[in-house]
Amino acid sequence: MKAAPFVYHAPDTLAAVLDLMARLDNARPLAGGQSLMPMMNFRVATPDHLIDLGRVAGLAGIEVVGDRLRVGAMTTQRMLEKSALVREACPLLAEAIDHVGHQQTRNRGTLGGSLCHLDPGAELPVAAMALGAELIVVSARGTRVLAFADFPMGYLTTALEADEILTRVDLPIAGPREGWAFIEFNRRPADFAIVSVAVRLSLDDDGQVENISITVGGVRPTPLKLAEVEGLLTGQMPDAAIIARAAAVIAGLDCEGDDLYPPDYRRDLCETLTRRALTRAVERAKGRGHG
Amino acid sequence: MADTRHVAFTVNGRPVEATVETRVHLADFLRHELLLTGTHVGCEHGVCGACTVLVDGASTRACLMLAVQADGRHVETIESVAAADGAAHPIQAALSRHHGLQCGYCTPGVVMTLVELDRERAGRALTEAEIRAALSGNLCRCTGYQGMVDAALELFGASADQSSV
Ligand code: FES
Ligand code: FES
Repeated sequence: MKAAPFVYHAPDTLAAVLDLMARLDNARPLAGGQSLMPMMNFRVATPDHLIDLGRVAGLAGIEVVGDRLRVGAMTTQRMLEKSALVREACPLLAEAIDHVGHQQTRNRGTLGGSLCHLDPGAELPVAAMALGAELIVVSARGTRVLAFADFPMGYLTTALEADEILTRVDLPIAGPREGWAFIEFNRRPADFAIVSVAVRLSLDDDGQVENISITVGGVRPTPLKLAEVEGLLTGQMPDAAIIARAAAVIAGLDCEGDDLYPPDYRRDLCETLTRRALTRAVERAKGRGHG
Repeated sequence: MADTRHVAFTVNGRPVEATVETRVHLADFLRHELLLTGTHVGCEHGVCGACTVLVDGASTRACLMLAVQADGRHVETIESVAAADGAAHPIQAALSRHHGLQCGYCTPGVVMTLVELDRERAGRALTEAEIRAALSGNLCRCTGYQGMVDAALELFGASADQSSV
């Protein structure tokens, strides 16, 4: 239960981080350490080089620029939780963060670390997918912007190249007729989700669904966008009947599971939680729309 | 050869300088090098909270932070909580009064969590739900938590004297 030996680096500039990432083999960036450190203690992860991002200025912070909320990758989950700006501008993220870990882990755990670790039970990747987050990814070779939808490659695996790090996450700011919901089921509050659902939608002047985004976690190795359900609801009045039809679509969803929580169990959870999340999001969209 | 670093930080207000092997986590450093064995190690993977200490005032799993990462920071452990003459801190006294501990293995972490909670509330009364949420990061195999919650409610709840303890 002790980490295997590694060489520790604590650069204080981003340029130095990128230089190390480009030069060193089997190097891992260390953000808050709330996932990587347990994996290293278990020796599931055995990097030869650990590059601590904690001394690099400018990687943490929350600001609104234009119609985007920009969150530095090293922003801690606790900063997100306590941020009035996040609650106002991106309430779906705020609702998700309330399910993430404990205050002792949120104090160090970061948004970027959670997205890059990509645990199937983690909340933040599900919220990021539903929000259509954009990821700013840098390396010594340059900068690229990735849609979060293109980021997950498989179990605990992202589209980051070996020399790249995530520096910033850009999120859309909630509009006036927008509704949102993040709901999960687990055995104890603050555990990883068994299944989680994130919904973001907006209604038009007639109260019909204009845009909708639904993502579920816990039914596949990576967050799953429910495109068919989104299509079903778009342009419709979001009443109980159509929400029931949406839930029925999920009854046919191909889910993965494990011995503890098999596919059927997860599918049932997905159906129930999606129904609840849609209902809550619609209520909120109507509430916000009326002032 | 083992990778080492020279570090300087404070523990309970006292300066500490040492050369540490970089893979050593903070809990082991506190216990094995500084002999501050009040910080307990239960799981070493961030689940139990027995190792909770404050780093720059924020509750932290000392098993999920490398000692080298404490360089330049201020660490507070359970050894800093009681008065210099050994008199129990009000949080410790309340835990004792309400039977908020039995074997005591989880207690150092519980106390550090409550110290952080008390500072952050800054005199605001807390609800039972807020107290339970804070304590959810500290596993206890003995008490069933009710005694801890009662102790915290006595100190931080709506009917408590609202100065920080
Ligand atoms: S020993 Fe650190 S959380 Fe259990
Ligand atoms: S008092 Fe024994 S584990 Fe909590």
